[in-house]
Amino acid sequence: MNLNLKKESLRKVNETLQSIDRKSNKKIFKISNPDGNHAICAGLKDEIEVTIDGHTGYYCAGMNMNANIIVNGNVGTGVAENMMSGTVHVKGNASQSAGATAHGGTLIIDGDTSSRCGISMKGIDIIVKGSVGHMSAFMAQSGNLVICGDAGDALGDSIYEANIFIKGKVKSLGADCEEKKMNKKDQNILRSLLKKASINESEIKNFKMYSSARKLYNFNIDNVSEY
Amino acid sequence: MCGIVGIYLKNKKYNSQLGKFLTGMMNSMATRGPDSAGFAIYSSEKKKKYKYSVCSNTDQVKEISKKLSRHVKDIKVKSISDHLIIETAMKPKKFIEILKNHEELSLVGYGSCIEIFKQVGNPKDVVKNFSLEKFSGSHAIGHTRMATESAITTDGSHPYSTGEDECLVHNGSLSNHNNLRRSLQKKGIEIKSMNDTEVAAGYISNGLSDKKSLKETLLDGLKDLDGFYTFISGTKNGMAIVRDEIACKPAVVAETKDYVAIASEFQAMAHLPNVNSAKIFEPEPGKVYSWGK
Repeated sequence: MNLNLKKESLRKVNETLQSIDRKSNKKIFKISNPDGNHAICAGLKDEIEVTIDGHTGYYCAGMNMNANIIVNGNVGTGVAENMMSGTVHVKGNASQSAGATAHGGTLIIDGDTSSRCGISMKGIDIIVKGSVGHMSAFMAQSGNLVICGDAGDALGDSIYEANIFIKGKVKSLGADCEEKKMNKKDQNILRSLLKKASINESEIKNFKMYSSARKLYNFNIDNVSEY
Repeated sequence: MCGIVGIYLKNKKYNSQLGKFLTGMMNSMATRGPDSAGFAIYSSEKKKKYKYSVCSNTDQVKEISKKLSRHVKDIKVKSISDHLIIETAMKPKKFIEILKNHEELSLVGYGSCIEIFKQVGNPKDVVKNFSLEKFSGSHAIGHTRMATESAITTDGSHPYSTGEDECLVHNGSLSNHNNLRRSLQKKGIEIKSMNDTEVAAGYISNGLSDKKSLKETLLDGLKDLDGFYTFISGTKNGMAIVRDEIACKPAVVAETKDYVAIASEFQAMAHLPNVNSAKIFEPEPGKVYSWGK
């Protein structure tokens, strides 16, 4: 089914996608002329596939549950923010706060993201084939952030229990984030994530892992400048 | 919030559509700044002529031209909404002094190719009032304002121009503008309002008058201007953009072989020709990007 945002209102298009008749066979949708509109495909909750042809604005695929959303273009701030499950695949670049606060699902970005990718992530898997901007994985609580390119300043600042896998250079690490040795279990996690994004598994050896040094978990007067 | 937009045409065939492009850009940024709007248009330079953009709170254009022509020879006055574009060969220093004697007139900008218009109200109405669609030129910069640092008045609206053919629009707010205003005023830079952006515009004018390039001045600004900002600055040769190191104020650039467009959000440029095949990127924090002749 084709949905044209030049002809139909954004609200109408989102309503159509949010109220799917589960008995119907209509599971594949296409959105044309997104023209940078905000909140396209926000709040979907069914197992459907939606392809957006073009660039979107803020909060694309926000709060997604179950749906598989593909964007043939760039996305604005907060793509897949607060996603619960499902998959969002961006073929271009993403702006700030990609996958912010998301609880689950998979976000794949073929290009780069700007700052704060995976900020406060709570269980989502994010795979960025390009580079990420500063303050990525800031206060990340759970889930995995895979970066095939480089990371900007303060990577993983105040990180909790999320993991960061990165192939390129890290400009600087944030407070309480440190490099960890990857064990078998970590390698398996990374392998399955690379597979999801169709990246060659043999790349695993080129990745490094970072996560919390857990030094900020309890108050320590020696760390007062870091709080 | 606030919305900022800018467009620089590389291909002259689009010059006659500059106003149309900017109208679309400003209309779609109206939601980011519904309080007031303004824009600066750069058209071809007139040798030995200056254009003074003036906001007037009277509709007696004829009387004003008559009054001014007592002091100034060969004066041409064009009236658009509540603005006047006064064209004369008289040099800025002298003419600005004359303008000061007319309380009903306030200068918003001047130069050999710049024209500036700004007004309180929804940007969609403002661009209509000034018939922005009809303007042509080589580059243009626009702003839609959600007021934070100073009152909703024409004085508080962007773009700010504190030097010949210069202008600045700003999304964000500065925290050290009071100190900076005092030190710039001591150096002789005229800053009229209590607005933070006008201080940044004055800072740029000061840098340029010290024979620094726009790029150098904006890089120095990263050290001297405290606050958060995305700036688009225009000169008669082109435009530049810079974002502070934290970069929480958005910006996106679309570049094709025919033009460079900058906006707070992509939706502001969705109507531009061939934008979907443009090179689209977000300016990195703390880096100056510029385009021009």
